[in-house]
Amino acid sequence: MSTVSEPDRVESADAAEQESTAEVVQNQSQANLGELAAKRTPVPVGDREVVLKLDDVTVSYSGSAAIKAVSMDVFRRHVTAFIGPSGCGKTTLLRSLNRMNDLVPGAIVDGTITYHGHDLYDAGVDPVEVRRRIGMVFQRPNPFPKSIFDNVAYGLRLHGMKDRLDERVESALLKTGLWDEVKDRLKSSALALSGGQQQRLCIARALAIEPEVVLMDEPASALDPIATQRIEDLIGELKDDYTIVIVTHNMQQAARVADMTAFFSVDVSAERGGRNGVLVEYAPTADLFIRPADPRTEAYVTGRFG
Amino acid sequence: MSAATPPLHLRSSTGRARRRRLVGRGMELLATLASVLAVALLAIVVASVIKEGAPALSWDFFTKAPAPFGQTNGGIANSIVGTALMTAMATAMALPAGVLIAIYNVEFAPPRVAEMVRLVLNVLAGVPTIVIGIFVYGLLVVGSGQSAAAASVALAILMLPLIARATEEVLALVPASLREAGLALGGTRARTVVRIILPTAVGGIVTSAIVAVARAAGETAPVLFTSSIVANLVSTDVHSALGSIPLSIYVNSESPSVHDQQQAWAAALVLLVFVLVLSIGGRLLSLRTRRQIERMR
Amino acid sequence: MIAETPAPASTFRRRRPRFGDAGLRVLAGVAAIGSLLLVALLTYKVVDEAWPSIAQFGLSFLWSEDWNAVTGEFGARDLIWGTAFSSLVAVAIAAPVAIAIGLFLSELAPRRLRAPVGALVELLAAIPSVVLGLWGIIVLGPFLQQHIEPRLGDWLGFIPLFSGSPSNVGLLPAAIVLTIMIIPIVASISRELFLSVPGDLKQGSLALGSTRWEMVRNVAIPQVSAGLVAAVILGLARALGEAIAVSQVIGGGLNFSASVFQPADTLAGRIASQYQGSTSNLQTASLAYLAVILLAMSLIANITAQLIVRRIRQRMGGAH
Repeated sequence: MSTVSEPDRVESADAAEQESTAEVVQNQSQANLGELAAKRTPVPVGDREVVLKLDDVTVSYSGSAAIKAVSMDVFRRHVTAFIGPSGCGKTTLLRSLNRMNDLVPGAIVDGTITYHGHDLYDAGVDPVEVRRRIGMVFQRPNPFPKSIFDNVAYGLRLHGMKDRLDERVESALLKTGLWDEVKDRLKSSALALSGGQQQRLCIARALAIEPEVVLMDEPASALDPIATQRIEDLIGELKDDYTIVIVTHNMQQAARVADMTAFFSVDVSAERGGRNGVLVEYAPTADLFIRPADPRTEAYVTGRFG
Repeated sequence: MSAATPPLHLRSSTGRARRRRLVGRGMELLATLASVLAVALLAIVVASVIKEGAPALSWDFFTKAPAPFGQTNGGIANSIVGTALMTAMATAMALPAGVLIAIYNVEFAPPRVAEMVRLVLNVLAGVPTIVIGIFVYGLLVVGSGQSAAAASVALAILMLPLIARATEEVLALVPASLREAGLALGGTRARTVVRIILPTAVGGIVTSAIVAVARAAGETAPVLFTSSIVANLVSTDVHSALGSIPLSIYVNSESPSVHDQQQAWAAALVLLVFVLVLSIGGRLLSLRTRRQIERMR
Repeated sequence: MIAETPAPASTFRRRRPRFGDAGLRVLAGVAAIGSLLLVALLTYKVVDEAWPSIAQFGLSFLWSEDWNAVTGEFGARDLIWGTAFSSLVAVAIAAPVAIAIGLFLSELAPRRLRAPVGALVELLAAIPSVVLGLWGIIVLGPFLQQHIEPRLGDWLGFIPLFSGSPSNVGLLPAAIVLTIMIIPIVASISRELFLSVPGDLKQGSLALGSTRWEMVRNVAIPQVSAGLVAAVILGLARALGEAIAVSQVIGGGLNFSASVFQPADTLAGRIASQYQGSTSNLQTASLAYLAVILLAMSLIANITAQLIVRRIRQRMGGAH
């Protein structure tokens, strides 16, 4: 049942060894960024298959653009990180990838986002279908006040995946490494779990309905360092099967987990004096951290960001 | 096991997906219809009152007492005066008491006591108004007879929990920083309440009074046994029973005479306009107060 | 200077007693205790007024069917039936409608519509009951008599509830008027409840590909179900205690009839129509006895609702 390939296991084990204590995880020095990033296995360019294609995407809230004119490709079975200072629109952009922005009043998405060539915002596209294929994990763990089992089974029941329900729940919990911790208390409330366990449960819940893409919005920001590490290891394991897009405010985290990294910044010099998020640079993680092409990226990753 | 194969459809194409979407749409439609129903009921009742009541409105209707039996061209001046007097007296009793209770709960009461007082206020708010009528009848009318004063006590009992609860909510909204600032500047608790907290919350307190007045002015049951044996004269003697608008509607609505029914509709229109204007005004004022207080935070 | 010569402790003592402070505290405390005493006095007084009847009939008053001022026999059975029937029918119709309105106003309606429609629903609650009763007796009653009751009788006449000749007054218009009265009460509380559901949970469900309705059914409603029960109980309490509008449209029938088309009466309605013209002390006391029953029902309903609300608050407080 396990889907984790050998090289990945080794890599995450290495990582775990190097950063065995909480302090190390939190206090990576700038110099380590490049080292961390350099350890990302470079992905051969020819193998890349585009899952999500963003073309001149602008997301505005009641008329003012939160993020402007983004064009980029998200590749299949890659971990793509969105980094940048707060207010740069990275979360807004993430939420436009599975139409969660539909729920925000006044939110408008311009430009096109295609998923395997299908326009996500085409008239007639059912957001429910979109979200079933492009799952999401939130900043704060948000398990339903139901049992652990029912949390994972929630989406399965919705989508009629009720055959082999127990098996599917077990498999999702196995993937997130939660199975051994909870298998004896599947019927007890999910709210009794620790924060880190709750977040892994939320990931399991998202994986259970077999999405192709998982969007993660700062999934570890509410967690302690050890729980954070488990989530990062998990992301490394999951990318063999899933396409992952992760927003993080933590550059070290991006360097540790991402294959591709997009750096966003706030453009204050915009014509109307507005503050728009813009995509500054999008490159393989190692390139972005070691050889940033844009001076703004360099300033940010070397900590000279004002 | 690998993740789902790339999908080729994002429309709800399978039977199940389509059914789920239809069920969702259907439920949303039902919820919309329920809201349309509520608004339609309001419209129907208001339209009936306007249609039946407006033709009977005239200057005489506001300025004259009811015509003697068998004659027309009477008005409800006695009821308007009575309702005004009784509501004013009830407010004069309920407003200070309600505000004091709210101050006690927010500023002084130990949490358990505050909880208890709140429970009792909610219970009082839930006592059927006809029972309040019977209570005041036994307390004040037996022996000394009906009077507008007795009726206003019944109305005050009805208003008290409304004012106390709404005022407490507004007082609790006043930012703790303001309160602390008052105390830190050496003000006593009482001075802080009087000089800082009440002025900040005054809009909300006025709103609570307006809403309570709107409710009391339309209540029939509390005045039914306390101020209903009325002479058809315009009077301001609160020691005697005075007419009231709701009571005149109640009495005329059960009359077989078409003229009386028309009088009832016209009185209903007057009462409805008064109550709706107060309710809307109170609502707007409350929104403004809340916004003002929230800006202070 | 202060550092060199520490102020004597007496500096911090009160120079003068704070009469203002104590005064406000005492005044406010008296008002609060006054409200407790008021409820106690109200209960005592109503029971006291009812005492002759309670002494004479005891609990058998509750199931005795007679109500005869001439023979001095009084019982509340038919009135309890009328009250229970009209209120329960009203709640059965109003609860789903009102909860649906609460959902519409909190989750489903376009944002621009929410505040105005919410305000209109609350205005429905502001209509005085006597105005609703007037509308009920002159508009609704005849409409039901001419258009609805004959049809109900044709289709369902084999059931005793829908038998008999149509009438412009009776249980059916009473139940409908009560329905209109409690819809806005339950709807307002439901809206507040649904607004209190954490956005995290709603998003969590939608992100798993649920429709909005599935989110409401599986996450929002379970989250607030206890509160909805409390809201419905409060609506029921309101319906049980309504006297004026009911007495206008129910017809004040003295004879028991199983048909909803026929005049009947309720506890509160009977008090409203007979208390004033009561011909004997025993009749007055019996009417007060009806008030005691009403008071007991409203106390039970309100306290139950309060306890439910308090439990919800404690649970939410514990979770965060």
